[in-house]
Parts: sequence; C-alpha cells; structure tokens
Amino acid sequence: MASNTLYSPRDPALKKRDDFEDILEERRSSSDLRYALRCYVPVVYKGIAPCKPGVLKTAVLQSDRLRHVVAEMSKETGESADVIREEASGILEEMAHRLRLGTVRFFAYSLSKAFKALFQRVRVNEDGIQRLQQSIQEHPVVLLPSHRSYMDFLIMSYILYTYDLSLPVIAAGMDFLGMKIVGEMLRMSGAFFIRRSFGGDKLYWAVFSEYVKTMLRNGYAPIEFFLEGTRSRTCKSLTPKLGLLNIVMEPFFKGEVFDVSLVPISISYERVLEEALYARELLGVPKPKESTSGLLKARKILSEDYGSIHVYFGHPVSLRSLAQGRINRSQYNLLPRHIPRRPSQETQAFVNETAYRLVRLQEENMVLRPWVLVAALLLQNPDGVDMERLVEQTSWLRGLAVSFGAFLDWPDYVSASKAVASSLALHTGLVRTEGGRAQLAMEPKEPGSPEEDLFDRAASVLSCASYRNQILHVFLRPALLGMAMQMAEASRKDDIYSCFSFLRDVFSNEFILCPGGTVQDFDEACYMLTKCAAVHVQKQEVVATEKGQRILSFLTSLFQPFLKGYQVGPAPFLELVDYPRELTCYEALSSDVQKNALAALLRMKVVRKLKV
Amino acid sequence: MASESFGSEEEEQQQQQQRRRRADRRVRALSGHLEGRAEQARDGPPTERDTELRSRSAVPRRRQEVMKWNGWGYSDSRFFFNKKGQAELTGKRYRLSGSLIPGLKDWFEGTFGADLKHESPAKVALCAGAVPPPSLGEAFVAGLQAAALPFSVETEDRAFRSHGHCLHEIFALRRGKVGRVPDLVVWPGCHDDVVKIIKLACQHNVCLIPYGGGTSVSNALECPVEEPRAIVSVDTSQMNRILWVDEKNLTVHVEAGIIGQDLERHLGEQGYCTGHEPDSMEFSSLGGWVATRASGMKKNVYGNIEDLVVHVRMVTPRGVIEKSCLGPRVSIGPDVHHFVLGSEGTLGVITEVTLKIRPIPAYRKYGSVVFPDFERGVACLREVARQRCAPASIRLMDNKQFHFGQALKPQVSSIFTSFLDGLKKFYITKVKGFDPQCLCVATLLFEGDRERVLWHEKQVYDIAAKFGGLAAGEDNGQRGYMLTFVIAYLRDLGMDYYVIGESFETSVPWDRVLDLCRNVKEQVVRECRERGVQFSPLCTCRVTQTYDAGACVYFYFAFNYRGLADPIHVYEQVEQTARAEILANGGSLSHHHGVGKLRKQWMREAVSDAGLGMLRSVKEYVDPDNIFGNRNLL
Repeated sequence: MASNTLYSPRDPALKKRDDFEDILEERRSSSDLRYALRCYVPVVYKGIAPCKPGVLKTAVLQSDRLRHVVAEMSKETGESADVIREEASGILEEMAHRLRLGTVRFFAYSLSKAFKALFQRVRVNEDGIQRLQQSIQEHPVVLLPSHRSYMDFLIMSYILYTYDLSLPVIAAGMDFLGMKIVGEMLRMSGAFFIRRSFGGDKLYWAVFSEYVKTMLRNGYAPIEFFLEGTRSRTCKSLTPKLGLLNIVMEPFFKGEVFDVSLVPISISYERVLEEALYARELLGVPKPKESTSGLLKARKILSEDYGSIHVYFGHPVSLRSLAQGRINRSQYNLLPRHIPRRPSQETQAFVNETAYRLVRLQEENMVLRPWVLVAALLLQNPDGVDMERLVEQTSWLRGLAVSFGAFLDWPDYVSASKAVASSLALHTGLVRTEGGRAQLAMEPKEPGSPEEDLFDRAASVLSCASYRNQILHVFLRPALLGMAMQMAEASRKDDIYSCFSFLRDVFSNEFILCPGGTVQDFDEACYMLTKCAAVHVQKQEVVATEKGQRILSFLTSLFQPFLKGYQVGPAPFLELVDYPRELTCYEALSSDVQKNALAALLRMKVVRKLKV
Repeated sequence: MASESFGSEEEEQQQQQQRRRRADRRVRALSGHLEGRAEQARDGPPTERDTELRSRSAVPRRRQEVMKWNGWGYSDSRFFFNKKGQAELTGKRYRLSGSLIPGLKDWFEGTFGADLKHESPAKVALCAGAVPPPSLGEAFVAGLQAAALPFSVETEDRAFRSHGHCLHEIFALRRGKVGRVPDLVVWPGCHDDVVKIIKLACQHNVCLIPYGGGTSVSNALECPVEEPRAIVSVDTSQMNRILWVDEKNLTVHVEAGIIGQDLERHLGEQGYCTGHEPDSMEFSSLGGWVATRASGMKKNVYGNIEDLVVHVRMVTPRGVIEKSCLGPRVSIGPDVHHFVLGSEGTLGVITEVTLKIRPIPAYRKYGSVVFPDFERGVACLREVARQRCAPASIRLMDNKQFHFGQALKPQVSSIFTSFLDGLKKFYITKVKGFDPQCLCVATLLFEGDRERVLWHEKQVYDIAAKFGGLAAGEDNGQRGYMLTFVIAYLRDLGMDYYVIGESFETSVPWDRVLDLCRNVKEQVVRECRERGVQFSPLCTCRVTQTYDAGACVYFYFAFNYRGLADPIHVYEQVEQTARAEILANGGSLSHHHGVGKLRKQWMREAVSDAGLGMLRSVKEYVDPDNIFGNRNLL
C-alpha cells in the first residue's frame, strides 16, 4: 500500500533552475548578414570528422542489417535482391537529409529577421547549452524538444547554430515534402523525412532504423525528434510515441555505443503562432495541408506580437544510468546483432517508462507566463470577474503554483496587477476588459447561425484553454487526489487511494502519468497537499482541512472540464448542437478530449471496437 | 616437403646431424626412464639422492629462498628508480636486467599523475603476530609422519601458500597483512603420496587446497575464512619429474608439479618442446595449467592446454580418474578430461599428465607491424584468422600499450641505433602520416623451418599491408613479448608509488571486439571518476589470441590511489563493473585466468542453472565431504 513505500518526495519548489539569456538581443544590435556568414566550427563527438551525407547513405545501404533484410525479403517474395536494393535506395533517397551549410546560413539570416519581427525575446538557458556542448563531445546526443508549433525545430537549429553547436538532423513528417522548395530547403538544413505510417513495410522500417542508427553510432550529428510525435494542439504534453526512441536506444543495448545522452528540451511560447488554427482543428476543421503558398499567405502573422519564447535545455540523461539494473544487455549476446529482433517485454517497458520520464522532464522545465494563471482563472469564471478580484486570485494562485514547483516566469518585482494587465494586453483577441471586469471574448463579432455562434464561442474557449493546459501538469497529481477525496465520500486512505488509482487510469491517455507510478504519484500528491496545509494525512485517513477548501475546490474545478468531457463521452458532435444552451462545457467539444476518452474506454474495455 | 625430393649436400649434412641428435636423445631418455623406475620402485622416505634429482628445478621447496614473499617473482629481480630517475631492473635473469630505462619515469609520472617523491614502500617483513599458530588434529599429523611425507608448519611456508597474485592479495602482503593461511604444508613426491594424503584427509576430515606455482589471479588460493576444518596446502612442486618421453608418438609423461620453465628446459635438452608458453610459465605448474584451462602464447601452433593433453591422472576422494589408453581422440561419451580441465582444485589433485611434444623448431623470428589505428589492426587480425595463417603468436597492442612499450626501451649505447630509431619514427609519423596518438602495433612470432617462416612472414605482412600496416622490425616485436614477462615486476614498482593495477581478460566474437574494448575502457574511466579516483586511470588492452570465431582480449588497468581511503575496495568495485560490462558486450567470463572465487558470482549467468547443476553434481559425487574445499568455481 501507498503508506508503506519508502518514497521521499523532493520538494519541487526547491528545484534550482538556470537563468535565461535573450539571444535576440545581440541580433537587434549587430548585422544579421555577418551573423549568417560567420565562421561556424562546431565541436563534434570525440573529434570525429563529420562525414558527407553521401557517405552516410552508402554506409546504410551496405550495412549488414540492410543486406540481411534484403536477402530475407528476396527469399520471401522471390524478387531479385537487386530490385529490392534499388527500392531501399529509393526509400533512402526520399528520406535522407542533405545538410548544407549554405542553406543553414540562409535560414540563419531569414530567421533572424522573422524572429525579430515576431517575438520580443528568445530566451535560452546558457548553462544548458554548456552542458549540451560537453555531452556532444562525450557521447552521441539525442535532442528531445517539446512540440507545440512548427517553429520548434527552426528555433532549435537556430539556437544551436547561434551557439556554435553541431546542427541536429531532425526527424520530420513526410507532409513537409508537399511544400515546394521549402521541403527541400528543410532537407538541406538537416531534416530527414519519414512517412507517418509504414506499419508492415519491413524494408522501410529497416532502412529508416538503420539510417538513424548509423548516424547515432558514428556520432554524425545530434539526432532530434519529437517524443510526442506531433504538435500538441492543446498545449499539454501528449503521451509519447516510442518508435524512434526504441531505435536510438538499440545501439546502446547492443553495445555499439558506450552511452547515449538524452536531452529533454522544453520550448514554451507566450503565444503560439498556430493558436487560432489549433482551436479550429480541435473543433473538427481539418488541418490545412502544408504548402508553400499557405506559408506565404501566413506571413501576415509577421505583423503581430507573439511575446517571448523560452527554451530550456534540460540536464542530459544518461541512457546507461537509466538502464543500469533494468536492462540485461547480454540478452543480445546470442544473436548476430544485425538480425532484427523484436525488443523483449522488459525492454519495451523500459523504453515506455523512459519516454514518460523524459516528457515529464520537458513539462517540469516548461516556462510558464503569468498569463496561464489568468487564463485558468478566467475559464473558471465564464461570466467574467472583477479586475480587483482577478488580481487577488492570480496572486494567490501564483503562490500555490510556485509551492507545487511550477517554473513561473514572474519576477518578484512585477506586481500582480501589472502582470495581469500585461497578460491581458497580449491576448486581446481572447479577453474583453470592460468597466473593470475581465471576461472571455465569447460573443461573436457578427451574429450568425446558432451553429456558427457555438463554433466561435467554443473556439475562443479552446484557445484560452490551451494556455491553461500549460499549467495542468503542476496541479495534476494534487487535483487527482482532490477529486478522489470527493469521489470517495469518506476519509479512509485506502478508499481514496483506489479512487485516485481509478481516476489516474481513466486519465492516462489525457495526461502524462507514468505507467506503474500510481503509488509514487499518490504519495507525491499527499506530500504536496500536506505542504500547503490543504489536507491532513494520517496513517489511515486523509482529511481536508478548513484552510484547504479553497485549494481543493480550485483544483477540482480546474479539471472539471475533463471530467465533464469524459462524462459526455465521445457523443456525436451534431447531437450536441441541438442543445447549445444546455451545454455548459465547451471543452467537451474538443476532438482531443473525445479521442482520448474513447481511447480510455477502449483500453479499459468498457467499449469494444467493431469493424464497420 | 621440398627438402625430401631435392636433397642437396648441405641438407644431407643436416639430416645426419639430426639423426645424431635423435640418437643422443634416446640415450638420455632411456637413462631418464631408468631413474624414474628406480624412484617408483623404492618405498620409504626420500633420500639424499632424491632431493638432488629434484633440485634441478628453478624454484626450490623453500620458495622464500629465491622468491619474494610480498611481490612477483625472484627476490633478486626488481625494478627501482635510481638517483637520476632512470629505472633499472636488478639481477641478471632478464634481457632488461642491468640496463637503464630512461623513459619510464616520464611515462609513469605522466600517465598516472604519480610523483617519485610520493612513496608507498612495502613492509620489509611479515608481522610476527599476523599468522596464528596452526590448529591441527594430531591424528592427521601422525598419519603424515607415519607415511614419511615431508611437511611444514613454519609461518613463512604457510603464509607463502595462502595467496595467489591478485592485486588485493599482494597489496595486503605489502602492508604486512595476511588472511587465513593453511595450517600445514605438505609436499607429496609422487602420485602415490597424493593418494595417501587424500586418504588421510578423508579419514580425518581435513580440507585440502592443491598448490602448484602460486600464480593464480582469480583468488583461487585464498583459504576460505568460513572453513571450520584445518586447511592443508598440498604443494605439488616436488612432483616434478619427467617420467618418460615417447619419441614415436611425440608424447611426454610428466608429474604435474613441474613448472613451465623446467619442463621446457628439460625437454629442450632432448630437442623437444611442448610449446605451451603462458606468460606465467617461469613459475606456473603443469597441474595448474590443466586445472585452470590455461592458454599459451603460441597456441596457434601448439594449441591450448586442452589440445595438448593426451592423458591426465587425478586423485580424488572417490579414487583416481584416468583413461585407459593414449588414443589421440576417442568417442566414449562426454570427455572426462573436461571435468578435470578447469576444475580449479575443487575435485582433486592432478598428479601426472601426458602431453604432446614437438621437435624444437629450427628457426624463430619476431616481427611487428604498425597500424594507423586500432580498428584497422583488429580488421587485419580478423583477416589473418579468416585465412587461418596466424603465426605462432600474433598480438595487437592498443595505442596506450604501444607507448608503454616505448617507455620501456633500454638506453641505447650507439648513436647509430638512436639515429635509426629517430628515422623510423620520422618515417612512420611524418612520411606515412600515422598519428602517434592513434597508431598501434601488432607483435608477431614465427616458428618453423627457415623457408617456411620467411614465406609465412611475407604472407602475413601482405595481409597487414591491405589494412595500412607497415612492418616495424623485429626489435619492437621482441620488446612486446618482453613486456608480458616484466609487467608483474612493474606492478610492484607502481605499488611503491601509490599506483595499483591488475590485468583481466576475456574472449569475444570478432564483430564485438572493438565495441567491447571501447566500452570496457570507458566504463573503467567513468567508474573511477564516480568512485572518487583523483587521477585518470590507465586502461589499455591488447588482442592476444586469434581464433576462427573470435579473439582473446587482455586488459591492463591501473590508477594512482593517492587520496583514497580504501583503494582496494575502489579497485574491486571498478573491476566488477568492468567485468559486468564485458559480459554485457558478449565477452566471456574468462578466457584463461579461470573463475576462482573472484568471478564465481557470474557462474550461473555464464553456464545457466542446469549447467551449474551438472558441475555441482559431479563435485558432489567425486568429493561428497568437500575435502577439496577451496570453494572455487561453484
């Protein structure tokens, strides 16, 4: 049981984090052209001379692994090996990057211009950069940024170029190749393209994994990919995808490299470029296809202010240390290493757990602006709130968030009223302030059909929610405990724990909850709530205190939309439109919530999938 | 062969000489047989004549007379730094003895961050109180006396047989400490003596630990502290006769206590050799080789010990194990020899062994090849193994070991030699563009007829050239082999200056050699750092044997322990993680050092539960009372 474990929670509020530097500052005062053309000599892994992309391709095509797979397939299909090899070569051609310094310099120049127009600041923790520089020289490095925007990988490469670090090779979705010229330019700045799905295609998988592994083994360049697999439309972290992580870990498991450094990177936007698009997408408007003309049309965003970006390079995590005592590497001793093999259960569990761990590290180091607090409060008061009260509540929430370990970018000298005011100013599209009251901008500019009105209202709620979502990970565990206490309707610890465990299970598609970490999460939640004196944890009981009511009711109402969303269930959209007035929770309309709820129900075997 | 069909005058002369030599040998062998028979026929206590015969051994019964009690090898041979800071090896026994080695100091200080000003000298003598008096059953001792078996309860004799040459053992001795020591040392003189001793031990429930040359590096000789019975060390060193030589079948029958150098010397006098040359052959014994599955440097020509053994006799509590014939190969169920080979003293005492012998080769030649880097060196060795044309010995030293070897160059007397050396260096680094921080050297030893050797040499150098290798002369090759004989003496020198070190080995499939070498070295460096070692450690490796399916890799690992409270503990932790890393990278638990007690913890993993059970059941049948209670292996 929970109380018997020896888990001693570290106080999250005491976590020391690095300071930030604004890399745009220098760009505003010196020539972009000179910056783009400057001498660029990055440090490399163990002093290895980076090989040309062409050499890399040959190495992949001639690898034992690929030859083995080609021979196997040839035996199976009866096709000649040459034909299959030709096919493999084609796949590689389509996939491989062609990093060219010239293109990189072009991007360095144009991105400097664009960033200066878009953002006030691009702030980076330089200590993290230094740690990264050290890691790059010692072991192959895998960069794992969070994914909120198309800007993510541009920003990453831009920063690495700025700090004279080797440019990463980036796993990108094939959709980018649809963009004329731009796709190829991305390729020349280090992107390699993978198909979104290639389920049973053995050859594709072999080429792809060998390509990535070859780069990793040779220490060719840091490898960058998004654990979340795709951009999070809701601004909360997505449950990690394991394919690429499996691939980059394998060379270590097989002893081909001594260690691999996994670097979680948190990129937080004060205002996401795709803000409005995401809300529409969540409401069922299909994602616009990536195209060059679309990109050009989108240039009007250049005229808006998107605030600051914070990029936090976390501590490199040594895969070797993680795997110590978990993975028995001698399991690979009895089979030639080039013969592909399904990872053992033990390995899969380890990879999965590591992935969650890394995403949590991303979450922890995600910089939060005061605005996310304001957004959270506004969503709880759909009818608006007095400015004074909003300021007071924000200030209170700030204290709570900090004590739970939130990485809040809110220096002490900025007063609450100022912070609230500047937050509202940056997000005028979402909030209306009139007569000393602040309210979500829900009323459509020009009244249309009821469907359109509903759509607009839902869109603005979802946009606002995407900011609140950024802080959910801070409150998630204590809130689950709070909800469990409500659900259990008793104070016995065992009952509460089982409710907690149930809720955690239900929401494990929605939030980052490490599989098998229930006990730890429960203890953590108890610890956090005890620390702020909201509950009293005894041996057998968990009791809410007088003072804790405010905290607990805030926490439960913070997660209310999800609870509601899951209660409504994945009901058809149109049905709800008939009762717009009865629907109090617009967030239940989010396709993301519906998708996750359905997945949870399927996982918990409440519903069954029938082929239609 | 060519010589048979085109016999010239010269060759005829050679043949005549050969015939004469053979006749000589026969006469000598015959007299040897007679002596041996006389020995065996005689009952009763050993006589004056007997000791005379046995004293031909390089190591006497009282080992302490010529060997160090707290270090490696002969008392008269040790390294030291003279007043000018040049290293010297005392004595006259080795090629290096007496010459000055100017480069060692700089290498030593540079590699370890050591300083000649910081000394950590060894205690001169064993503390009187360190060894408790023997506790023995009188009946057992009386039994020994009745059988007229020579034995000793002297402190020195007992302490000498309480250890092998693991780092922690020598380190403790240097500080005047010994662990548990045997209560008595007994010297059987022949097979029958051993039978008597074991019978007595079974009667009186005494624990026996066989002792051969004492060169174990697996903690195999340590007397288990938890053993409640009296422990008796059975020192086989006096069973050292060559009982017969059979020139028709090219075999020799030897008592198992004979040490390597004596065996080769005596056989050499008759024009033969076994060709089994482990690095420890100066001191290690034939029985020890069999009991640990030893490997010799020249195994490519002569084979490892298991290939050389034709017949073994081992006395166990259950009786004598031996085969009934000397057939070269048999199909009579699982080979019982393989319970004896590698039994590490847990089943009984090996008393007599029949080995294959070969005529001493007419010609031997050293050689060496420089490679631009270790990767290409390994690739070359792999190709040599693939073509099955490995010379008697081929070893590839990594860059650090190459520098180590260079630091051991004795001072050259002639300007011409030093000029030549400079020229060679210039050619390799400047003209050929080898990076001195990457290049590595393979050392070679060819044996056989002169023509064959020369042809073989060309074949190997041609392969090497394909991998960018350049022939680098005989001298470098010879120095490489010398290093292995003096390395243990050098460890004692290091320990005078706060540097401790050890070697460990493994065998691994070819495709994993590079990965294993790199990962193990990095693991050692990382572990040292994490354990608070102040100075970066030396971890270097060489590929010492090639096989069809893999290679043997040998590591040296040493570090400067100044500032550490418990250096031996740190050392052991690092060695453990290094071994775990070896296993994780597909390496074996041991190629030739054996398991002993040092690597016992991994046996289950290494041979599976059922495998371990098989070995256990053999032990249980052969030695139900655990008379051979050294607790090795299982």
